[in-house]
Amino acid sequence: MTTATNLIMYEDEFRRIEEELQRLYQQSNAKLVFLVDKNGQLIAIAGETHNVDTTSLASLTAGNIAATGGMARLLGEKEFSLIYNEGERDNIHISLVGQRVILVVVFDQRSSLGLVRLRVKKSSEILAKIFEEIHQKAESAKKEGKIEESPFAEITDEDIDKLFR
Amino acid sequence: MSFINYSAREINCKIVYYGPGLCGKTTNLQYIYKKTNPEQKGKLISLATETERTLFFDFLPLALGDIKGFRVRFHLYTVPGQVFYAASRKLILKGVDGVVFVADSQVERLEANIESMEDLRINLSEQGYDLEKLPFVIQYNKRDLPNVVPVEELNKLLNPNGVPYFEAVATQGVGVFETLKGIAKLVLLELKKNY
Repeated sequence: MTTATNLIMYEDEFRRIEEELQRLYQQSNAKLVFLVDKNGQLIAIAGETHNVDTTSLASLTAGNIAATGGMARLLGEKEFSLIYNEGERDNIHISLVGQRVILVVVFDQRSSLGLVRLRVKKSSEILAKIFEEIHQKAESAKKEGKIEESPFAEITDEDIDKLFR
Repeated sequence: MSFINYSAREINCKIVYYGPGLCGKTTNLQYIYKKTNPEQKGKLISLATETERTLFFDFLPLALGDIKGFRVRFHLYTVPGQVFYAASRKLILKGVDGVVFVADSQVERLEANIESMEDLRINLSEQGYDLEKLPFVIQYNKRDLPNVVPVEELNKLLNPNGVPYFEAVATQGVGVFETLKGIAKLVLLELKKNY
């Protein structure tokens, strides 16, 4: 059951995702653009990342989306697909991509909500397609039983003990 | 649901500390945070009320080292233990790779432990998980207090399947890393099984 939902990212798709984030970062005049999976794990990031705790941001973003989703269901909605927070200096635009991942854009007065929304919409379509491909790739690999050679098949107790030394 | 990135050569796993209110889930994370090298950890995020009760979750990212050339990262979460935070508690379990149940060993908290364990089982099954199949360990916390239930009895009530269990005094750090290591091991072995 858990295998079906594991997210496995290979070089090719990862590069395409990074390129798309880079494009979105530039075209929307954002400060920071990143993708998080719904469990809070950072997938990729573009922009001014120095002095930003991206890991914590990712986890809180996912918490935020999860809480909003919980509220939606209580109200009989399937999901609220967009969250927007406005600050004195920075604003955060959070949206769902293809029900699977969360796209976050942080921007200031150099950009505008309108521009961000427009660019996010375009990028979302492209990103959703890439994630659909990742999903299909994993599914077909599983069906044909040709899961790529795993680095974890050979994990030993010693490897694990080493982590805690 | 672990996230394996072949491109960045990273593997991310989510571990959730579960248990009744005031059993010591946050204390576990605080101790781990205190005793880990700065380069191995991120910030400890606590979404808590003014009286330091967990409101939504605590979060601690840990990078313990490499396995087979992959950087292994554990994301540790706690749930809010208080009964009325049921809705938020459910959300934290999404995509979990392993669960630590922190039990409060005191006699007067026995009932709360049993309820919380049942709550865990139900919330997991709502997310499509089966507690019996998930990497799972139990920590019997507060072993230093005078009014504790014997471990055999706790095992009988809370651990019918005989999963690994650890005695702990989280405030002093006793058993904290043993517990973490116990669950990390099960999570990694699960990965081995699945790939």
